[in-house]
Amino acid sequence: MADVFKALVDPTRRKILDELTEKDGQTLFEICARLAMKYQLASSRQAISQHLDVLEAAGLVETRREGRYKFHFINTAPLEPIVDRWLRRASKEPE
Amino acid sequence: MKIHLSSVFVDDQEQALRFYTDVLGFTVKHDIPMGEHRWLTVVSPDDVDGTELVLEPSSHPAVPPFKEALVTDGIPMTSFAVSDVHKEYERLKGLGVRFTQEPTAMGPVTTAVFDDTCGNLIQIAAQG
Repeated sequence: MADVFKALVDPTRRKILDELTEKDGQTLFEICARLAMKYQLASSRQAISQHLDVLEAAGLVETRREGRYKFHFINTAPLEPIVDRWLRRASKEPE
Repeated sequence: MKIHLSSVFVDDQEQALRFYTDVLGFTVKHDIPMGEHRWLTVVSPDDVDGTELVLEPSSHPAVPPFKEALVTDGIPMTSFAVSDVHKEYERLKGLGVRFTQEPTAMGPVTTAVFDDTCGNLIQIAAQG
């Protein structure tokens, strides 16, 4: 869970997840274009690539090759334990 | 000074000629035999005296790994202007063209990215 929080602490990485939520399965080029054009983020392609590596290490992003292209997908499974630990427990407590 | 030529490296000039004319709709401007390859250029039918696109052979050994790395990351080799990206997307999809990025509003422009079947990704863009 520490990896997940570490990945989410950075605002650029949260924006990347926002964009993948809007449209899942994006190339590095599309992610960079969205961040630059929609949010005027000045990060280099290499910096975005490194952010994607952190998200992938935390299990929040998965990459899949389709033919010659590499696409990035969001994976929300690592967020489930957070919900279970605090949100779901809170709603169950009155029982 | 003005930009007279722009070029894309294509894996196969004959296949490129077919794709860039039959599918994209450009017209041939020059097709001159040059040894093993051809001096092959296309232009927009709306602007036959405008900038020519050279369909240049990918024969230099540095070219294939360069192209492959760009394609993996979804990076287009060049960009063409269209009046309506969504319309062009539908037209090209109907012709079997593979897109790596569907039409997306990127601030002031709308863009999409497709595979030219000759080892490149190409962006189409329209203002607004």
